[in-house]
Amino acid sequence: MEKIPILRMGPFLLVTIQVDLYDRLAENLESDLVQMVSKTGAQGVLIDISAVSIIDSFMGRIIGNIASMSKIMDAETVVVGMQPAVAITLIELGLPLKGVHCALNVERGMELLRSRIALTDGTPDDDADTE
Amino acid sequence: MKNESIKILQKRKKAILELWMKNQLAEEGLRDDLMNNEDLRVQSEELLDALLNNLSDDTVGDAESSQFDTVTDILAGISVSRARQGFSPRETGVYVFSLKDALLETLQQEIKDPVILYAQSLKISKLIDSFGIVTFETFIKGREEVILRQTDEIAEISTPVIRVWDGILALPIIGTLDSSRTQIVMENLLQEIVESGSSIAILDISGVPAVDSLVAQHLIKTVSATRLMGAECIISGIRPEIAQTVVHLGIDLSQIITKASLASALRTAYTMLQLEVVKKRRFEKENA
Repeated sequence: MEKIPILRMGPFLLVTIQVDLYDRLAENLESDLVQMVSKTGAQGVLIDISAVSIIDSFMGRIIGNIASMSKIMDAETVVVGMQPAVAITLIELGLPLKGVHCALNVERGMELLRSRIALTDGTPDDDADTE
Repeated sequence: MKNESIKILQKRKKAILELWMKNQLAEEGLRDDLMNNEDLRVQSEELLDALLNNLSDDTVGDAESSQFDTVTDILAGISVSRARQGFSPRETGVYVFSLKDALLETLQQEIKDPVILYAQSLKISKLIDSFGIVTFETFIKGREEVILRQTDEIAEISTPVIRVWDGILALPIIGTLDSSRTQIVMENLLQEIVESGSSIAILDISGVPAVDSLVAQHLIKTVSATRLMGAECIISGIRPEIAQTVVHLGIDLSQIITKASLASALRTAYTMLQLEVVKKRRFEKENA
């Protein structure tokens, strides 16, 4: 059975989705990732979806769910590398992924994660986009 | 008996043409600025030739008959070219209907029996009327082609994405924002974000005449899509009237950074990228 690897990198978890996601795979990823966050006490999760070219409402919801779950487990989630077509599809489906931070590529995503963790470590997060 | 009137018309072609030209030239709305009399005469003669040559007992009551194909073609050509040249529908209509006057007048001179004259006039009148309809159809088609072409051109030229600075894109939107244009704007913007690796996009709506709830919806969509790409979107060029309508309509733009002018949006963008614009100073003196 296919499985999406979850890599640990310092205080972060790295998930790169290299195949087109189908429903079962996505559901497994969701539960695996939450398990992994609790086991490692990761502070940030980075999901790379640059290889995903097709997305449906279910997948959009799963990504949103993962972000919300990690958030309540005190880990920031950043989705990186979304393709323009995927972004337009999500918007047209009415899924603007509120509460999920996005970045153009992995590099920017790591930067964003670091700055957000520095923020939460220091003064209380006063960013407007917290849910 | 019937043949007679057609023969009369064919025989008196020259006179009809003269009459027709006279009618046209007498018309107040004659556009000699768009077409000179020589061209008009050539055009009219061609049409009259085609009409009279194909006129026969069988076809006089049926404008759709295949024998009139050449006439219809010529008429279509004339009205399409007139539409492009900028003739008004009225002028184009008068052109065809003044031919009817000429034909009927000639018949009147030649046929003395009122019953026959009436029957023949009615037929000719009907025929020319249907040609008039053909003219209008093609005239409007010609106009629509012009409009379609212009629409395409506007859509093409009106959605440029400009790199104003390293990592900052600007999108001046001019004209009404409907859903098909939003689609084009969004696609261009997102593509450019990927290509340039920009992290800030400025949407300038100072050229949008009015913002209603639908336009605002489109703007919010574009902003959300930009966020999904990991870039921040600033909307600039909010005029006082736009601010008024947006608040009156109860549209919530509080989640979006909005600025009054492109300059202030650019300043915000610099701050976000931790850039600073400073005036050039003369260091040589201090260094010396």
